[in-house]
Amino acid sequence: MKFTEEHEWLRPEDGEENVVVVGITDHAQEQLGELVFVELPEEGQTVAKEDEVAVIESVKAASEILAPVDGEIVEVNSALVENPALVNEDPLGGGWFFKMRLEDMSVLDELMDEAAYKKFI
Amino acid sequence: MTDLLRTPLFDLHQELGARMVEFAGYEMPVQYKPGVLKEHLACREGAGLFDVSHMGQVVIRHPEGPEAAAAALERLVPQNVIDLKPGRQRYGLFLNNAGGILDDLMIARREDDLFLVVNAACKEQDVALLKSGLPDCEVEVIDRALIALQGPRAEAVLSGIVPAAAEMAFMDVLSAGSEFGELWISRSGYTGEDGYEISVAPDQAVSLVRKLLSADGVEPVGLGARDSLRLEAGLCLYGHDLSTETTPVEADLLWAIQKTRRSGGTREGGFPGAETVLAQIAEGATRKRVGLKPEGRAPMREGVELFDGDQKVGEITSGGFGPTVGHPIAMGYVDIDYAAIGTTLTGEVRGKRLPVQVVDLPFRPATYKR
Repeated sequence: MKFTEEHEWLRPEDGEENVVVVGITDHAQEQLGELVFVELPEEGQTVAKEDEVAVIESVKAASEILAPVDGEIVEVNSALVENPALVNEDPLGGGWFFKMRLEDMSVLDELMDEAAYKKFI
Repeated sequence: MTDLLRTPLFDLHQELGARMVEFAGYEMPVQYKPGVLKEHLACREGAGLFDVSHMGQVVIRHPEGPEAAAAALERLVPQNVIDLKPGRQRYGLFLNNAGGILDDLMIARREDDLFLVVNAACKEQDVALLKSGLPDCEVEVIDRALIALQGPRAEAVLSGIVPAAAEMAFMDVLSAGSEFGELWISRSGYTGEDGYEISVAPDQAVSLVRKLLSADGVEPVGLGARDSLRLEAGLCLYGHDLSTETTPVEADLLWAIQKTRRSGGTREGGFPGAETVLAQIAEGATRKRVGLKPEGRAPMREGVELFDGDQKVGEITSGGFGPTVGHPIAMGYVDIDYAAIGTTLTGEVRGKRLPVQVVDLPFRPATYKR
């Protein structure tokens, strides 16, 4: 699993070539507080790194989720729309946001590993 | 955050795991470990304990007694202060000469004086206004902590310390001795819940709060949930829903201006902005503060513009998610033609126009002990 400075995690999807699952870290959900609204990107959308692709809102405030890398959104976790608190309950599992297909998985090498992320926060 | 002021409860907030933020020049807890949502619900279900010591506490005395102090204060506010009975409190407003709201406050009539609680961000301005406007009075800024205990458990918990608290009705005030020194208690608050605000000597504040927190169901609540609680209760936040750009009539606070001070009343006018305010009471204002319910799940927050078709007809001044009601809630100002309950408008969120309905306030009925 890899991490960004925007507190997102990326995990290569088992058995699917060039696809990563993206979510936010436990640290991020803790800082945000319980989410009450999630707006997801559209499946099939092509995005560039740092594009705003999703919106999350806690009781307090709204924040944007940025695309961690270039790629195509191939699937979104629509369960979050009905139950945004899933992100708080299981940020690294059932609270995933979307899956992206990448041109080249080597871009992941530039991201932080778990030890580096822990140091970062 | 080196230049920020701290309340007597600062160390206790840290011990309780609070996340501190700057608010009105103070370092205040925005939330504790459970977070805004759980703190909000804990207040509605048990009781929430809030540090509101950043607010201004002011005592007004007149050499001829409290009746004379009340008469003097009527020069500065549109409220009927003279007929406020000893042991009672009422909501008040400071206005500028154009009828714009300078601050909202609580005015308590005690046996020998008046006790005012004003907003933290406005307290310097308010004290200056009181001192210059009431040269015949003594205006004393009080250095005491202020604690709010709000929610269905509040009465049982506070009456364990001050038994007489149980006999108080909404907006009653009482000074009572206790193991924590003299407490100045009002049965009021900013959450829509039954509850109290308690003024206590700074050196007794921590022990009082520890005692209150040791009771079953009492949880510390930060500014985050204080905001969502007051919004569900339809209560205004100064600097957002009220400002010098809004008048009491526009803010739908006419109930706070008693008939004695309106046209035809026994003490008509005689307060700053009276000309504008009395004219608006007679003729109506061109816009009004209303409750707003976004029809979707997306919260509409402060600054969201409201439209009827392509025409901008208003703006949201407070908005977010209502944890008790379970949907987004907001309030804002709309042109008077769009202020009727049931009117559907759109609000622009991230470039999209989403439906929002004008609804009655509050979003959750108050549970005050009348």
